[in-house]
Amino acid sequence: MPEPLLSVRDLVVEFPTRRGVLRALDKVSFDIAEGEVLGMVGESGAGKSLTGAAIIGLLEPPGRIAGGEIWLRGERIDNLAREKMRRIRGRRIGMVFQDPLTSLNPLYTVAEQLTETIRTHIDVSEKEARKRAIALLDRVGIPAASRRIDDYPHHFSGGMRQRVVIALALAAEPELVIADEPTTALDVSVQAQIIDVLKEICAERGASVMLITHDMGVIAETADRVAVLYAGRLAEIGPVRDVIQAAEHPYTVGLMGSIPTLTQTADRLTQIPGAMPRLNAIPTGCAFNPRCTRVMDRCRIDRPELAARPGGRQVSCWLYDTAMEAADG
Amino acid sequence: MADVLLSVKGLTRRFDVSKPWLNRVIEREDRQFLTANDDVSFEIRKGETFALVGESGSGKSTIAKMIVGLLEPSAGEIRFDGQAMDFNSGAAMRKLRRRFQMIFQDPFASLNPRWRVGDIIAEPIHTFGLLTGAAVRQEVGRLLEVVGLSAADAAKFPHEFSGGQRQRIAIARALSSRPEFIVCDEPTSALDVSVQAQILNLMRDLQDEFGLTYLLISHDLSVVRHMSNRIGVLYLGRLVEIADAKQLFVEPQHPYTRMLLDAVPDLALSGRRRTPVTGEIPNPINPPPGCAFHPRCPHVMDICRQVVPAPMTTTSGQAACHLLTQDDRMQAREPVA
Repeated sequence: MPEPLLSVRDLVVEFPTRRGVLRALDKVSFDIAEGEVLGMVGESGAGKSLTGAAIIGLLEPPGRIAGGEIWLRGERIDNLAREKMRRIRGRRIGMVFQDPLTSLNPLYTVAEQLTETIRTHIDVSEKEARKRAIALLDRVGIPAASRRIDDYPHHFSGGMRQRVVIALALAAEPELVIADEPTTALDVSVQAQIIDVLKEICAERGASVMLITHDMGVIAETADRVAVLYAGRLAEIGPVRDVIQAAEHPYTVGLMGSIPTLTQTADRLTQIPGAMPRLNAIPTGCAFNPRCTRVMDRCRIDRPELAARPGGRQVSCWLYDTAMEAADG
Repeated sequence: MADVLLSVKGLTRRFDVSKPWLNRVIEREDRQFLTANDDVSFEIRKGETFALVGESGSGKSTIAKMIVGLLEPSAGEIRFDGQAMDFNSGAAMRKLRRRFQMIFQDPFASLNPRWRVGDIIAEPIHTFGLLTGAAVRQEVGRLLEVVGLSAADAAKFPHEFSGGQRQRIAIARALSSRPEFIVCDEPTSALDVSVQAQILNLMRDLQDEFGLTYLLISHDLSVVRHMSNRIGVLYLGRLVEIADAKQLFVEPQHPYTRMLLDAVPDLALSGRRRTPVTGEIPNPINPPPGCAFHPRCPHVMDICRQVVPAPMTTTSGQAACHLLTQDDRMQAREPVA
């Protein structure tokens, strides 16, 4: 096995509050291989965005990494000094946020923002940087790029703005792009275009992508592997097709059943009773046990660890405990 | 069709988006109007779920607001159960108002944070004078149980509930005036999928139990397909297609509908080839002449740039596209009266 591009090991993120420490991410471990698109799904509050923020070193205080390690191509990056991390951010890890309006500075033209980013990370002349910027805008599908580059962000529509943000994220040719809900603010017809651009351009440059979204459809269309987060813990991770078509963790099964599709015929959607627990009331044992239809006594006491399953999948559920399966015969 | 509950004819709404008078005089500009809805006509039958889909700016919510009487139409007519809605007569509107209710998108904004849940749900009961005294409290408790909460929740405040629970409260409030017709404006788009499934199932159960008629407004085609009997597709304020829900997904007639269906991410991983979507919705202040969709349409013809297509009957409904009149392989089509 070649060394993964990004390796996250037992990542713990905590928020100290007056009423005690809240654990928002609890021992999350996963790898992203070279050129791979990893989807990260979960409902609001599951810790998807926090995972991205922790990797890129943008956790908002008082949030902090309280344990675990993050490795980028064999180099540990979770404990780097501010200045060193700043050089990795943008250069080696690019970021695309949900709302294109807030990730672009309204007071500078697109040209200024792009050339600044390029020249911060790559040693090129102003002229060369501009040439690169135009090529990038052209590549992300902005018509008449050489003219539009001198426009301000508000001159662009939502979809075009998100294209600019993608260009910005890729300006320094990063090895990893973290895209946090890149299409959530967009209409479906534009969403399809943006996903295609992101997918193509990353494949072309060999960049890996960590795609954070709550939309299983987007993951199905884009990702190679998918990680399902629940209450700050990984429930299941594996190849997209396996997880979507034959989910193993009861939470993933419920999640998939609750999504209406264009082809289904069922009258009622499967529903998971209840809601995800708040961070200050995560049950002992498996975090999903109060809502699980297949709950066992053990689930209420011991927390299941992520364990390997056939086909390169990992599931954290006692149902798939090898010792027990063997006992069942 | 004898059992039409709501009919909308030629509904048009323009918003004045002009600059202030002095600016117009100095800059020599005319008044500017944004046409949110242009000549929209459809009917909703008793007991069915009619859905309106479209992307942002297509005028979905404006239609909803006009139907429940929150906005006055610039032109056109809305008839509820055979009675024309008269926006100038408060008394007549009030009588009709009890019979329809609305559920809004954002359950965090649609509930007054300083009111107890019980008071929120009881307000329509008091306003319409349906019950008095202890009967009100009993009814509130019953409604809370109907939507899957407990009667004791009436004493709590909205902030004590999660998004899905708040939407249940909003539904209980909508039900409290015993309406026949509920307009649901993106009822689940602020919710997570597992919670969305709970709310959609609840809405269906309530429809069966109380014989409700829904107008469902959504941008999510899979939700719409799951919930509705008939679907109207809006583009830039105009209805481009109305069809039977199942048929729309099998045989979309309008190129825009086809494009919209193609753009929905495919969970089945069938690996189907999709036609790449091009362009974005144009600015509604200055919509393209002729068919508003023509700059993005793969089948655009000369006539599309000049003439607004009239709705034509199709096998499963109606569609407004010049292709349908040009295509002689299809049977002769009669314009919708």
